[in-house]
Amino acid sequence: MSASPVTPDPQIETPHDGPLQEVWTQVKGLRRGDSGMVPIVIGIVVLVAYFQIRNSLFLSAGNLVNLFVQATTYILLGMAEIWLLLLGDIDLSVGYVSVLGGATAVILTDTQFHWPWYLAILAAVLVTTTIGALHGALTILLRVPSFIVTLAGLLAWEGVLIAVVDAQGTGGTIPTQEKLLYDLVNTNATPLWTWLFFAACVLGAMITILSRDRRRRASGLQVQPFVITVIKLAAMAAAALALILIFNTNRGVFFGGHRTNLEGMPWAIPVDVIMLAGGTFFLSRTKAGRYLYAIGGNVEAARRAGVSVNRYRLMAFMLTGFTSGVAGLLYVSRQGGVSDNLDSTLVLYAVAAAVIGGTSLFGGRGKIIHALIGGLIVAIIYNGMGLLSINAADEYVAIAVVLLAAVAVDSLARRGSEVTR
Amino acid sequence: MPSVPLDGPRAHDDSGVSSSSATPLLQLRAITKSFGAVQALKYVDLEVPAGQVTALIGDNGAGKSTLIKAIAGIYQQTSGDILWNGDVVHIHTPRDAEHLGIATVYQDLALCDNLDVVQNMYLGHEVLRHRTLDEIKMELATKKVLAELSVTTVKSVRQKVASLSGGQRQSIAVAKAVMRDSKLVILDEPTAALGVSQTAQVLQLIKALASRGIAVLLISHNLNDVFAVADRIAVMHLGTLVSSGPASDYDTASAVDLITTGGSVRSGSAMTPSS
Repeated sequence: MSASPVTPDPQIETPHDGPLQEVWTQVKGLRRGDSGMVPIVIGIVVLVAYFQIRNSLFLSAGNLVNLFVQATTYILLGMAEIWLLLLGDIDLSVGYVSVLGGATAVILTDTQFHWPWYLAILAAVLVTTTIGALHGALTILLRVPSFIVTLAGLLAWEGVLIAVVDAQGTGGTIPTQEKLLYDLVNTNATPLWTWLFFAACVLGAMITILSRDRRRRASGLQVQPFVITVIKLAAMAAAALALILIFNTNRGVFFGGHRTNLEGMPWAIPVDVIMLAGGTFFLSRTKAGRYLYAIGGNVEAARRAGVSVNRYRLMAFMLTGFTSGVAGLLYVSRQGGVSDNLDSTLVLYAVAAAVIGGTSLFGGRGKIIHALIGGLIVAIIYNGMGLLSINAADEYVAIAVVLLAAVAVDSLARRGSEVTR
Repeated sequence: MPSVPLDGPRAHDDSGVSSSSATPLLQLRAITKSFGAVQALKYVDLEVPAGQVTALIGDNGAGKSTLIKAIAGIYQQTSGDILWNGDVVHIHTPRDAEHLGIATVYQDLALCDNLDVVQNMYLGHEVLRHRTLDEIKMELATKKVLAELSVTTVKSVRQKVASLSGGQRQSIAVAKAVMRDSKLVILDEPTAALGVSQTAQVLQLIKALASRGIAVLLISHNLNDVFAVADRIAVMHLGTLVSSGPASDYDTASAVDLITTGGSVRSGSAMTPSS
């Protein structure tokens, strides 16, 4: 025992010695599994550099915007998956459930039903949330692994989707009739709105971080060194500026002697950012979010602390349904409609995006932003290989290798954290 | 030492028979518990006074765990009364026990490794501000409680519990009980998995609890630990409480006799532990 009870001011936290100390904490964190973003950022840089060297078009504004749009589906599906991964559960059906949601919106706004777009979108999200609730109820009531229930869902909802699409009698594909639904991905905000949107984002983040630091300092609590805060905010502003410049570059093609006008950010980008901000707020600032982590970390501890585990599990399933509904809307927007010839790899990319980003398959560890980063990596590989005209077979193998590497890191980190005790 | 007024251990040294001066916080009267034909508890009478450490000792299968589970609301006694501050209470669920102010720290501690110290301390009882988590208030209160209990080895209350040592984890689990203003803290083998210095750390914490006026019921196999902190000792053997009284009435030899045979042929003071 080193300290006695009569120490005048029992200092529990040692103040940081400065930025160097911070870096050292990061390095130690790497080995414990809280690796943060460092290895992922390195991975992105390596991938980008490779593709840029092989094809100089990779970093062109036109291709980057295309890449972001491609990433949107993976990002949102990855977010959908994270709610359940946090509990140590998984949803194998998110792909078809999300397309089913999208199909709902497409069908309800077509010439037969004529629903206004907002009601159709509401209905779409309601359908996917209900499906999530159904999966959750079955998992909880039957006490079967979510893996099995959603595997059944994977098959069942594909069947339902094919039946619904074919029942429209349009030959297996339904094009989007609603302009707004089509415009989500396929048209852009004006450059001015692009500026305003990113400025608002950076300002919002700045106010949030600075006011939290101020409140902590006023209460005499430890705050990270001001230099680090400034560096973080500056990095954020720089990233926003880079995105603005990319989005506001005229990406139009020369056609008949003059250039078509194509600039501004696709409307899908604010959807991503809003989902990211909302999900992050929910997980880090609310009681329900805290309970998701607690249940994923130690169910028994959560139960003894009075957390009604089943209620929050059901909630997570519904959040997965809701988020995949949003993903489905963007998916059908990008495809310009739905078809009964489905992309069966969507769910795999969803899990891949979440896990590559750093969310654990074993529960208890993960953040919404992991889906953003993981989704971008998947899109970089997908887009880059497309540019290099690499065939689909090699592309699948490449993403599989990245996924395996991510899962291996996850598993090793978990083993590491068990040893440190 | 905090200035909690209490009846010192020497105030009523009359070998388990209730004195008239104060009602014990918890009294068990003729508690029995049967699982089918098996009678796990046979007419157990026990008193747990506030501000003292009562050690419950006995061999495996003596009924210690069954007894604490009855107090914690996990089992219900088959017959007999539980008195809380002199009034008969019915503890049907762990929640009932919690509402009375009974906290149980089981051997597995029930901590979430992926959450930090503050988050674990407040799990299930989060403080909210504008319907969102008030992290500052929770962090300040956590630091205060840990400082009061002299838990000084935890470097940051924002570090994940996974990175703490066994003794630190035990301290957090106990501090959690204090945070809830518990009046009785039941500790199930708190030092079983700990090394020497960490055991000392936890024993000091147990004394700190009692000095705050909290009643501590300590289950332990380690007689060294028991004699180091216990004010009172109760011995169980095959479902019966065979002996209870001030710790000064026992020594290692008599305690071992009571644990193994249920009776002591030697008088406590005559025998000094030779082993």
